Amino acid sequence: MSPLPLGQQLLDTCAALLLLLSFAMLSQRRVVALVNLYALQGAVLAAATLLLAWRTGEDHLYVSAALTLVLKVALLPWLLHRLIRRLQVYRDTEPLLNVSGTMLVGLVIVVFAFSLAQPITRLASTATRSAIGIALAVVLLAFLMMITRRKAMSQVVGFLSMENGVLFGAMSASYGMPMVVELGIALDVLVAVLVLGVFFFQIRERFDSLDLHHLESLKEHE
Amino acid sequence: MHRSVHPVVSQFPMLLVGCVALLLGWTVIGLAGLVRPRSVLLTGRLLFPLGALLGLALAVLAGASLLGGGVERLVLPVGLPNLPMHLRLDPLSSIFLVLLGASSFGISLFAGGYFRVGEGTAPGLLCLQYHLFLAAMGLVLIADDAYSFLVAWEVMALSSYFLVTTQHRIPEIRRAGFIYLLMAHVGAICLLLCFGVLQGGSWLFTFHAMRAAHLSLGWATAAFGLALVGFGAKAGLVPLHVWLPEAHPAAPSPVSALMSGVMLKTAVYGMLRVGLDLLGRPVWWWGLAPLILGLLTIVYGVLFAAVQTDMKRLLAYSSVENIGIVFTGIGLTIVFAGSGLHVLAALALLATLYHCLNHAFMKSLLFLGTGSVLHATGERNLGRLGGLIHRMPWVAWLTLIGVLAIAGLPPLNGFVSEWLLLQSFLFTGHLPHAFVNLLIPMGMALVVLGAALAGYVMVKFYGVIFLGQPREASLARAHDCGWLERIGLTWLALGCVALGLFPLQVIRALGAVTHQLIGAVVPQASSHWWLLAPVPGRPVSYEPLVFLTATLAVVLMTVFAVRLTYRQRVRRGPAWDCGAGGLTARMQDTAEGFGQPIRHLFQPFFEIERELPEPTDRAPRYRIAVRERIWRLVYEPIVGAVEGLANTAARLQRGRISVYLLYSFVTLLVLLAVALLK
Amino acid sequence: MSAIDWITQVLEVVAAVAAAPAFLGWLNQCRAWLQNRRAPSLWLPYRNLRKLFHKEAVIAEGASPLFRIAPYVVFGTMVLAAGIIPSMGTRLPLVGSADAIALVGLFAAARMFMTLAAMDVGTAFGTLGARREMMVGFLAEPALLMVIFVASQISSSTALPVITDHLASGRLGLSPGLAFSAVAFILVLLAENARIPVDNPATHLELTMIHEAMVLEYSARHLALMEWAAQLKLFNYVCIGFALFLPWGVATGHIGPMGLAVAIPALAIKLAVAGAGLALIETLSAKMRVMRIPEFLGTAFLFAVLGLLVHVLLGT
Repeated sequence: MSPLPLGQQLLDTCAALLLLLSFAMLSQRRVVALVNLYALQGAVLAAATLLLAWRTGEDHLYVSAALTLVLKVALLPWLLHRLIRRLQVYRDTEPLLNVSGTMLVGLVIVVFAFSLAQPITRLASTATRSAIGIALAVVLLAFLMMITRRKAMSQVVGFLSMENGVLFGAMSASYGMPMVVELGIALDVLVAVLVLGVFFFQIRERFDSLDLHHLESLKEHE
Repeated sequence: MHRSVHPVVSQFPMLLVGCVALLLGWTVIGLAGLVRPRSVLLTGRLLFPLGALLGLALAVLAGASLLGGGVERLVLPVGLPNLPMHLRLDPLSSIFLVLLGASSFGISLFAGGYFRVGEGTAPGLLCLQYHLFLAAMGLVLIADDAYSFLVAWEVMALSSYFLVTTQHRIPEIRRAGFIYLLMAHVGAICLLLCFGVLQGGSWLFTFHAMRAAHLSLGWATAAFGLALVGFGAKAGLVPLHVWLPEAHPAAPSPVSALMSGVMLKTAVYGMLRVGLDLLGRPVWWWGLAPLILGLLTIVYGVLFAAVQTDMKRLLAYSSVENIGIVFTGIGLTIVFAGSGLHVLAALALLATLYHCLNHAFMKSLLFLGTGSVLHATGERNLGRLGGLIHRMPWVAWLTLIGVLAIAGLPPLNGFVSEWLLLQSFLFTGHLPHAFVNLLIPMGMALVVLGAALAGYVMVKFYGVIFLGQPREASLARAHDCGWLERIGLTWLALGCVALGLFPLQVIRALGAVTHQLIGAVVPQASSHWWLLAPVPGRPVSYEPLVFLTATLAVVLMTVFAVRLTYRQRVRRGPAWDCGAGGLTARMQDTAEGFGQPIRHLFQPFFEIERELPEPTDRAPRYRIAVRERIWRLVYEPIVGAVEGLANTAARLQRGRISVYLLYSFVTLLVLLAVALLK
Repeated sequence: MSAIDWITQVLEVVAAVAAAPAFLGWLNQCRAWLQNRRAPSLWLPYRNLRKLFHKEAVIAEGASPLFRIAPYVVFGTMVLAAGIIPSMGTRLPLVGSADAIALVGLFAAARMFMTLAAMDVGTAFGTLGARREMMVGFLAEPALLMVIFVASQISSSTALPVITDHLASGRLGLSPGLAFSAVAFILVLLAENARIPVDNPATHLELTMIHEAMVLEYSARHLALMEWAAQLKLFNYVCIGFALFLPWGVATGHIGPMGLAVAIPALAIKLAVAGAGLALIETLSAKMRVMRIPEFLGTAFLFAVLGLLVHVLLGT
């Protein structure tokens, strides 16, 4: 195996770190730590974007990196931390599937994602195409996290992490999306978190808990 | 490819004739037991040791054939009218004959001291069944046509059935024997069909004709699948393993040792014979089935071994695990051979064969050890043993070698084969099939998990039986085994040590087999005779002798250093136990307790039935039974379906003669009509 | 093999045996500082060992010879392991005798003897400790092997010196597979050496202890050997970590006086940093319940498997 250029190596490492953080989130029970992990994932994503911008010389990627940094490392985690403090939810209850089981399913998902990404990888011409599989895996793992958790708070973090995966995938497949789309997504995410914040307060007012399990009682009974 | 390699056919098949003579000798010894069936002196002190010597001679003859690397053929004028008995001695048969002879030497010696009057079947009759069993296994290995192979296979199954049901007055043992017989015949039917496919329309049932037959891919795949089921049922591949944990505890210990150590290997031999020899060049994806089933078997076997409370049942599940390792090796061999990676295929085959040899020695040693414990204490239940290292030092220390070996610790033999298997996994490199490339790391993970769990199982096995305080007062009367048993155990333990310390010599001898089946040998990267470095171009090595010497040197140096500097004396006192006092044997962990973490962690695997005491109970009792889900999920529906079918068929039985005549009449009419239409 | 290689080999082993207690002392010091306590002396582990070597040994009445042999075997295997791990140079005479798989086997042998000795007297604590130790072991051992396999896939060899040589030369960035296995390795290291989230080396509470429960019946010189072996094990694990993930400073090729002059200070600096790092991890985490341990180690195992998968996938 010929040694890859340094930038490529670092990008690969960033990709691996993203996946690692996804798994760390999957195994984390405490909500505060979850938000911190999310911030870290944002930071790694920003670093990867920056690296890619430096390697390809695409200017809009610098903007994208800055946006990621501001929004996902600073603003959103701050909002979420404030929400946690005000709602007093520090701990998720036992997840629906135990941690080892979840991780095992995660492992299968990774294999699946990689096999799925293989044809795309062959088509793409970018230098980062080997990371497409990882991006897909990050999206699916975030999905898995949303499925296995009970508390609304961790589901929001899962949702946000999923968006990270989408962004990273777009980046590695075609050096990022058009600027307008990217800005639009960023705005969407921000609004979504604000709306969900209001939503949480409403849920708690109604049920005295953020356990989504209570929402089951809303369905119509036969 | 390797068909073109023409082995030298010697003039007169001297070694083969010798082997046949030895097998006949075993039969004669067996018959001699009937002269005075109740005499322990005749069978135990004379016939069994004599049989042991024949075993040793067989190992020597087969070893000579293996080193020579030639092929010998012989046609005996017995058998079917136009199918005389074909025999053949080639490297593949030789290595398994060595295994049979060498391990049966130890087992037969032990058996000479073991069998006594009052074991159910009379010693003389046992002697006949035992030696017929040995001779049949030998014949399976040298048979060169399907007919003699299947006859030998059936004699092997039947004689071992009678050996399993030695204590036929106990209902559970009869039930165990029935399950064994049933599974053996399910397997035998598959083999019959398999050979039927293999002859490829030529209707010639010699193996030579089968090698020459050209099968289409579909038929070849069918033959491979039938062989996998047939030999898998004999070997104990999950989900066909169910007879093993029933039959092994039921059989007398030398028989368990023989069945687990040698008979399971005849199934491995058959799998290799069909998969790599008779079918010619294998298709790579055939290998996936034994690979995946083997990996599953490893984990399944070792998990169930960890929760057992009966020592022989525990060893039976451990055998299931080891068969899993062997089939994983076979699977890898076929995947590699089919993909054209010949050196790697040879390496995987080497690991497979090496593990067969190892397991024959290790598992026989452990089963015989449990036999001695059973004789001394009358207990198979781990909950009523303990502290036997003080009463039975010979058995305890020799068993310790087997325990360390089967746990895969260097520098003993179990480590060598696991090392080889892991190396062949590791150097897979890039197979031309993306999906299999992903499977390989997962497979490796399961193999190492199985190896680590085997350590857990063995600590439980040894610690609960031999260490700690005796859990029953009666254990104080336990006595060490007799001298014949000691020789048998020592021989097997020495085998474990030798196979661990001189892997290079063994591998060189196995080269003939890999050359025969794969057409490649694993080249040796170095010229040093102590250095095991199997993969050329890869700097990997393991030196067991240096390893042992260094370990011993460091340990001895520590002992001397401490002796030199330490001035205080050593005093014996009561156990401290955190100063709690009032220590009794009941406070030790039981076998159930030791298995608890596994039960807890792998709950979905087990079907657990638990009886917990109430807080108010005067005499609290705790009982737990662990069953296999496989009975409910697979076997009970099958049994139900068969019974249903049988009931439907029973409607035919009306008890009136005229109805039966009607059946015959209708059949005749239908047959005539068919003939007419033709 | 020149004389200097042999001298380095002996030096490496002696240095490991001599420095292992000091490393533990340093770790404890860092921990005390981080927790705002007054730190014990760096030399405390040495004084403890000396004290134990001067006491009268008491052996329980029900103990078999296995009980007395075990401390020597455990200590001996750990010393040998110190010789196999390339912590100073990679061209040493002993390193060829065993590759990384054999090294893991060596650790397993030590564990086996230790647990068997713990079951030998037949106390409630001993068997409890043995069971828990095997529970840790059966997950930690495969995890460690998988970690090593990632490195050996990269350098296509399971021999530690080759791995170290390969990783020390060339690639600067941590390869993706190794990132996973590094995390797995740290988890395994904590579990195998009875450090905080898994075991608490400072207490004798039956609910928490694993390692201490196994050596309860030992006293005087036997206990000293067991403790020393445990310190050596920690030292060895940290050195394996260096060999796999931080191989800089290790003398590759034939070692000369110059190579040693670089290797020894480099090792000392790395050890100091690693000790501080471990102390930080231990301070930040809380002891887990025993039944959480399999989850912890299962995570480590899966991370290691994932590392291998990622390596295979990104490599193609």
